[in-house]
Amino acid sequence: MSMSFKMALRSIGSNKLRSVLTMLGIIIGVIALVVLVSLVNGATKSVNEQIASLGTNYMQVYIWNTWDDPLTSRELETWADGEELVETVAPTIQNSATAKSGARSKQVSVVGTTSAFYDIRGLKLEKGRFLKPVDVQNNSCICVLDSIAADNVVGYRDCVGQEISLNGIRYTVAGVLAENDSMMMFSGESTVYIPFSSMLRQYAELSGGIDSFYAIPPKGVSVSDAAASVRNWLSGRFEKDEWGNDNFYVSTMDALEDSASSVTSVLSALLGGIASISLIVGGIGIMNIMLVTVTERTREIGIRKAIGATRRSILRQFLMEAVVLCMMGCIIGVFLSWCILNLANSVVQGLGLTFDLDAGVVLLAAAFCFAIGLIFGLYPANKAAKMKPIDALHYGG
Amino acid sequence: MIDLKDITKVYQIGEEKIYALNHVDLHIAPQEFVSVIGPSGSGKSTLMNIIGLLDTADAGVYTLDGIPINEYSENALAGVRNRKIGFVFQNFNLIAKLSAEENVELPLIYAGTPVRERSRRVEQALEKVGLSSRAKHMPTELSGGQQQRVAIARALVTDPSVILADEPTGNLDSHTSAEIMEILEELNDQGKTVVLITHDNDIAKRAKRSIHILDGKLSEVRL
Ligand SMILES: Nc1ncnc2c1ncn2[C@@H]1O[C@H](COP(=O)(O)OP(=O)(O)OP(=O)(O)O)[C@@H](O)[C@H]1O
Ligand SMILES: [Mg+2]
Repeated sequence: MSMSFKMALRSIGSNKLRSVLTMLGIIIGVIALVVLVSLVNGATKSVNEQIASLGTNYMQVYIWNTWDDPLTSRELETWADGEELVETVAPTIQNSATAKSGARSKQVSVVGTTSAFYDIRGLKLEKGRFLKPVDVQNNSCICVLDSIAADNVVGYRDCVGQEISLNGIRYTVAGVLAENDSMMMFSGESTVYIPFSSMLRQYAELSGGIDSFYAIPPKGVSVSDAAASVRNWLSGRFEKDEWGNDNFYVSTMDALEDSASSVTSVLSALLGGIASISLIVGGIGIMNIMLVTVTERTREIGIRKAIGATRRSILRQFLMEAVVLCMMGCIIGVFLSWCILNLANSVVQGLGLTFDLDAGVVLLAAAFCFAIGLIFGLYPANKAAKMKPIDALHYGG
Repeated sequence: MIDLKDITKVYQIGEEKIYALNHVDLHIAPQEFVSVIGPSGSGKSTLMNIIGLLDTADAGVYTLDGIPINEYSENALAGVRNRKIGFVFQNFNLIAKLSAEENVELPLIYAGTPVRERSRRVEQALEKVGLSSRAKHMPTELSGGQQQRVAIARALVTDPSVILADEPTGNLDSHTSAEIMEILEELNDQGKTVVLITHDNDIAKRAKRSIHILDGKLSEVRL
């Protein structure tokens, strides 16, 4: 075995240029496979981390119909109290306003909600406090700014106690939210949170119907079970629209995770498949050159048979050569992939993305190359093994 | 030990049938030194290749060491070529990318001989043909006579009972030929059966028994 390995190395080494050109197909195939799959995996990992950092145990429910028998926050809270599968809810209404502070004036997004919003969304404060139940009861004119709004409207973060105006109505800043470092949440939009009741007063034209709410299940209940109960309730509560679609949409983070992972696994399989095709093309190159080698070395095969080589030992010799050729291509390909991924890492440095050489895909590539060497080496090797000694010896004089 | 009965080898070239061997009977006893002489195209190599199991006859029975060769499997034939027969060709037939000692080692590898035993026997064989100093040389770095000596070393390294030499001196000058003949005679003295094909009457005369072949038919000449 080790002898035929040595012979294979010798024969590959005796025609270096040809061997390298033959391997090129395999090398490129391996690079395509390893690099593409590693890139997709790196991106997937980063997306999954982003999703996980959002907190995955809450759902957001969008309600399109806010005018025709609108859902009020009282109705929502009453339902939630009686529903075992839902722990807390936070109704929201969203609108836009012109915010002013001193001479500065900015367009902001205003969200009217309740104190529950803070816990459900897992927010963090930089300064001050979030909305309290008492603020909602009293229609207090206080607001909480996210970090972008603090930067844009007031100009600095440490602004608790400052006054800003929203469409001319004065609000006192009670707190500032910490910066959200998650890329997914980055919208660049300034958001100001005010008590739900103050929102209804601020925008007199609103029907009082909420356009969205957040909900979390109690401990031990999955989000999808809770979401099912919400769907069940709302589809009785709202009629379908004229096209027969629901007038609401329940969005859960695990749905996001599921769809993200199904997208990436499809992508991974697709790219892997394309790369595999190039590996197979490389395999055909190997077969081609092995056929040439067998023909060139017909006399040598004859000599070997004359001094006692069996069919099996000839078969093994040429099969070994094809497999070694493929595996060398594989090793070179993996090494170059590693270089390319390192290069990619230095390019995307600081974007929260890293591309690692995926051990799984390296193993896959190695197994694939081995199989290609065997499969495409078998025909030429068998051709060599089957030669009659006398015909082989007399080949070409 | 070598026993040919009614061996025939026919080549069909178009309409014409060429009898390379025409109902040949031949018996060669152990430790004989037989020379085969005849003009070009008379069937000498064909005879040699059949004896050496490189080729098969179209008709007739070839019995080697008491066993008809059609009873051997493909694998068994390879084994017999490996252990019982040593081939020496006119054009040496060394493997160009292997060194002298590697060429000599090859039959032992196919025989499955352990590494240590291999290197010992390779050394011995090269010494026998007087080429110990050229062990690491590649065939292209050797003269014709030296290459033929490597080929002889390769033929005898598995200690076969028969050495088949097909015009081993055909490509060599008379001085070198004499050296090669000496080695073959020495091998015969040591108990090996030697079958030697040659064009050269003087060389043929050195054998104890000479067979003449013409148009695929044998006639024995006792010297
Ligand atoms: N593969 C083949 N196909 C057709 N005819 C062949 C083949 N091999 C040999 N012959 C014919 O068989 C006859 C005997 O050939 P062989 O090689 O045995 O001659 P030889 O005595 O060894 O000649 P030389 O001294 O030139 O080597 C010749 O007429 C040759 O043309
Ligand atoms: Mg001949």
